[in-house]
Amino acid sequence: MLGLSRKDFLTLLFVLLLVAAAPIFLNPFPEGSKFAQFNAGYPDLMQRFVIFGIFAIGYNILFGLTGYLSFGHAAFLGAGSYAGVWMLKLLTINVIPAILVSTLVAGIFSLLIGYISLRRSGIYFSILTLAFAQMSFALAASVLTPITGGETGLQTALNDPRILDGASVGGNIPAPSLFGLQMGYSWKVAVGDWLWTFNVGYYLCAFVLLIAFYISIRIFRSPFGMMLKAVKSNNQRLSYTGISPRPYTLAAFVISGMYAGLAGGLMVSMDPLAGAERMQWTASGEVVLMTILGGVGTLIGPVLGAGLIKYFENIFSKINENLLEQWFAFMPEGLGDFIVTIIYPFVGKGWHLTLGLMFMLVVIFMPGGLIGGLSGIYKRVFRRRSTAQ
Amino acid sequence: MGALEVRGVNKRFGGLQALNDVNLTVEEGRIHAIIGPNGAGKSTLLNCFVGRLTPDSGTVMFHGKSLLGRQPHQINQAGVSRVFQTPEIFADLTVLENVMIPALAHRDGIFEFNAFKPMRHETDIHKRAHDVLEDLGMADKTDMVAASMSRGDKRRLEMAMGLVQEPKLLLLDEPTAGMSRADTNNTIEVLRHIGDSRGITMIIIEHDMHVVFSLADRISVLAQGTVIVEDAPENIKGNVKVQEAYLGGAH
Repeated sequence: MLGLSRKDFLTLLFVLLLVAAAPIFLNPFPEGSKFAQFNAGYPDLMQRFVIFGIFAIGYNILFGLTGYLSFGHAAFLGAGSYAGVWMLKLLTINVIPAILVSTLVAGIFSLLIGYISLRRSGIYFSILTLAFAQMSFALAASVLTPITGGETGLQTALNDPRILDGASVGGNIPAPSLFGLQMGYSWKVAVGDWLWTFNVGYYLCAFVLLIAFYISIRIFRSPFGMMLKAVKSNNQRLSYTGISPRPYTLAAFVISGMYAGLAGGLMVSMDPLAGAERMQWTASGEVVLMTILGGVGTLIGPVLGAGLIKYFENIFSKINENLLEQWFAFMPEGLGDFIVTIIYPFVGKGWHLTLGLMFMLVVIFMPGGLIGGLSGIYKRVFRRRSTAQ
Repeated sequence: MGALEVRGVNKRFGGLQALNDVNLTVEEGRIHAIIGPNGAGKSTLLNCFVGRLTPDSGTVMFHGKSLLGRQPHQINQAGVSRVFQTPEIFADLTVLENVMIPALAHRDGIFEFNAFKPMRHETDIHKRAHDVLEDLGMADKTDMVAASMSRGDKRRLEMAMGLVQEPKLLLLDEPTAGMSRADTNNTIEVLRHIGDSRGITMIIIEHDMHVVFSLADRISVLAQGTVIVEDAPENIKGNVKVQEAYLGGAH
């Protein structure tokens, strides 16, 4: 089916169901209930899940297949974002040119940086990409202010030319749309106490994610993908086999850069604002964490990793001291306070601590990430059952 | 003129003259063995053929074209494949993938952006890889991860990776080291069969005299970086110079 093996097709189908039904299963708690704040099914967050999923899928093509650890991919996300906003400002408020051009611009940018950085491998490659990304960040925040809006960021404005759809009518800045269908538009469906939000922007991102995921499967299973795995396994041997590894790694670098640009383009299509902080090294590090957490070199791992980290960032960080005290109010005075004191550093502003601990546990006990760990458990259970028979 | 012409090759590592005016002619379609005591410079010489080392002086001509100053992948694409002494395989990949990669390199050249055709639709590449693995008695191990194999099997895999490219010149660096007697004999059979049927020129470095005398059409003896004798196998055994080189009679 679609040129995929049965197993891969089922994986694609699984991701399709996952993203299509996300507004429903991410809201497992009834509206207004005690746990409603653990619901993640609101458009803004779901868009972020999917967009960072795309970013991580692309990053995995480089890091997962070739083993080249780039610390600068946020630069391509940022470049894509700026290109996207400029399209929304100059051309049209329709998001399609923004998404396409941001992918293209990030591709060209990554070709330049990749060409230079890939002259080295290992730690030196990582440092070079980091240096380029930090340079881009610094330039975007200062010298390039006319293009990037500096520290305030770049956004759409009332007096934008927008050649294709003309100046805005009325006194409002138009919202990004797909042929008139606004990205922010949502249908809200209430079933009993549950409230589900189906958002246009989210489903556009989900659709793009499916295409991105499909392309990534095709790359993984192609001769090109096999060469990338060979680069990771034994770079030296590959050249004695008649293959020049450099163009392969460069192609992987550019593809992953284009995925990052695509993610940036989608980001500004949802919210037409791009800031320099999007290029900072912490953003580059985040995508590395996502990929490792989910499972380096696995198909679906990066998507799960992205979802998990974004969930923590947005949900765990909202738990504050008052809330904790409410939860443990049923306990005797001293004990409740004691438990709150212990838990408090791990939630709210301390969510990084929980994430860090989780990351450490995964790296130490599940070297293949969550997917590697889960498939290991599955195999163990399955084998035990088959030997028992 | 031979398929491979080596003229006046010198290589010095600091104070050590590893290769000293080496001259060698390998006739097309022949199996040429290079033997010699440890440290004679055999592997160094081989490294000069594949672009891992560049000689300080001298020429290495392959079918009239120089191999010096070219990248390893260019030399391979010119038709020279090498089987390494310590198995250099793609340890994380399966045996079949290990053989399909050189097969693809042979078909597609140094770079081909073939990113959308599924690997399982490459039926001709699959068939070729299977055939070679079959020849080497590894047909039952195709789905094993290469790292998990025995050393002897890794050596055979190395050979499969070289043979699948149908090279014009195959360089074998101690192909049977670490193999059992039975596997060694099997390997000799395979190499002889390939030499006879496809007429691949081979250079073989070997310590096992059983292998050398079973296969070689011609033997060069290397000692202290120089070729001391080059002759047919039957004339090598009784040669005084060779015995001196191996037993140290000169000192």
